[in-house]
Amino acid sequence: MIEVSDLRKRFGANPILDGVTFRVESGESVVIIGRSGGGKSVLLKHLVGLLKPDSGSVIIDGENLCGLNERQLLPVRRKFGMLFQGAALFDSLTVAENVGFMLDRERKLSPAEIRRKVAEALEMVELSGTESKKPSELSGGMRKRVGLARAIIYQPEIVLYDEPTTGLDPVVADSIDQLINRVRDRLNVTTVVVTHDMRSARTVGNRILMLHDRRIYVSGTPDEIFNSTDPVVHRFVNGISVPKEHYF
Amino acid sequence: MNGAAKRFVLDWLTGLGSLSLLAKESVASLLTFKVSWRDFLYQIYFIGVKSQAVVIITGAFTGMVLAAQTYFQFHKVAMDTATLAVVSVSMCDELGPVLTALMVAGRVGAAMAAELGTMKVTEQIDALRTLATHPVDYLVVPRLMASLVSLPLLTTEAMAVGITSGYLVGVFLLDIDPAYLYHNMVSYTKGVDIVIGTSKAFVFGGIIAVIGCYKGMTCGEGAEGVGRATTEAVVYASISILISNFFLTLTQNQLLRLFP
Ligand SMILES: Nc1ncnc2c1ncn2[C@@H]1O[C@H](COP(=O)(O)OP(=O)(O)OP(=O)(O)O)[C@@H](O)[C@H]1O
Ligand SMILES: [Mg+2]
Repeated sequence: MIEVSDLRKRFGANPILDGVTFRVESGESVVIIGRSGGGKSVLLKHLVGLLKPDSGSVIIDGENLCGLNERQLLPVRRKFGMLFQGAALFDSLTVAENVGFMLDRERKLSPAEIRRKVAEALEMVELSGTESKKPSELSGGMRKRVGLARAIIYQPEIVLYDEPTTGLDPVVADSIDQLINRVRDRLNVTTVVVTHDMRSARTVGNRILMLHDRRIYVSGTPDEIFNSTDPVVHRFVNGISVPKEHYF
Repeated sequence: MNGAAKRFVLDWLTGLGSLSLLAKESVASLLTFKVSWRDFLYQIYFIGVKSQAVVIITGAFTGMVLAAQTYFQFHKVAMDTATLAVVSVSMCDELGPVLTALMVAGRVGAAMAAELGTMKVTEQIDALRTLATHPVDYLVVPRLMASLVSLPLLTTEAMAVGITSGYLVGVFLLDIDPAYLYHNMVSYTKGVDIVIGTSKAFVFGGIIAVIGCYKGMTCGEGAEGVGRATTEAVVYASISILISNFFLTLTQNQLLRLFP
């Protein structure tokens, strides 16, 4: 279970998050939407303790991350899988080494078993046969899927996805959405997805949160959000910009 | 004190503090000996094996110029055969460790800062942290260990090459009597000189790795940040080597007096 209360964060003089409060129950799948540059990635990084808030707390299964040092955070992070917006693959390692990174570090499985699990994970993201490639030889969308395989291979309890379907073609995007749902249902994983893709939000979310004006503006089921009459939410989910002065 | 100067001093002290914390964290992690041996071996290869050319050239030409210059001065007072003794003691105590460390700082310190800096700006270090891996364990410790092992060995190599090339210059170019030249060298160079040199090199190895990794892990944003981290790693490591060398010499001298 994730409980975030009154989280505040500023970079220099820029407040990014200002009193964000929400909770995600175990096994629930929550989608976070919001304007580009609104602080969604920053919020996600607070959930794993990659960033420390200025004030407020992040509590994972009863444990407050904010008081822990880097070494105390390691066992908590073992519960997490995270897909970064830019995939953040290790560029000196091959795809297989990237995906099997956690299994290799844990030394619980034999190399042959790790190879088999890596092949399985790559199969799930439709990238079989790319094991020995380096991340620089992959396209953006392929990197994203390798990042996804790396985040879920060790069966974490909580998975955070930062824009999992951005940059993928519609068919692969749909298969990734299905994969996110399968992972959630099969292992009862708590899922947090940040996305701009409204179709994906509808497919994977039990609940949608909208980050607006540095706090959680609204929270509701997909139907409530998509049928909302609130002007901010309505404009966002339907992609309607506020008319500006026109020069052209 | 005006604001800018105050901030400069505070930033400098903060930096020194976090550098010490990194050093402490790395040593604590190193002492658990849970390092990945594969990464350690790769770093030994990169720091130790690939620095050969640089170290040999530095050692050889330093020994040669030292022999020539010493001869030119000593010849005036007819002490030609003491030339190699001077070369040998200076190579072992000062020039061997310091020049080797400066050359390696330029090669390896810069590479460490650039590599870790790039990982930082492309979020790879954050990814490492989410994979329940402490960046110090995975990135810093193999580099630190390899550097601590390689530097004394490289320094010994530089000493040997320096003395040998000094001997060759003395005998074949300056026509000094080889028997006396060699005899004086051996009788003035003690085992303790080699211990002094290699123990300095050990400290310098630590300085290069910790500063290189620290600059990489605290690197600023983008390509510019990586560039600056690389330069600063080399400059700070070199300065730290030169300054600490002076204090190491003083301390070692005191120790020698206490335990002759
Ligand atoms: N390390 C940092 N230092 C300074 N400012 C930062 C840092 N990281 C993020 N920001 C700022 O925080 C704001 C929110 O960034 P964030 O990446 O969270 O946006 P986002 O909601 O994920 O946007 P997008 O949908 O485009 O990914 C941005 O204005 C950005 O400039
Ligand atoms: Mg983002």
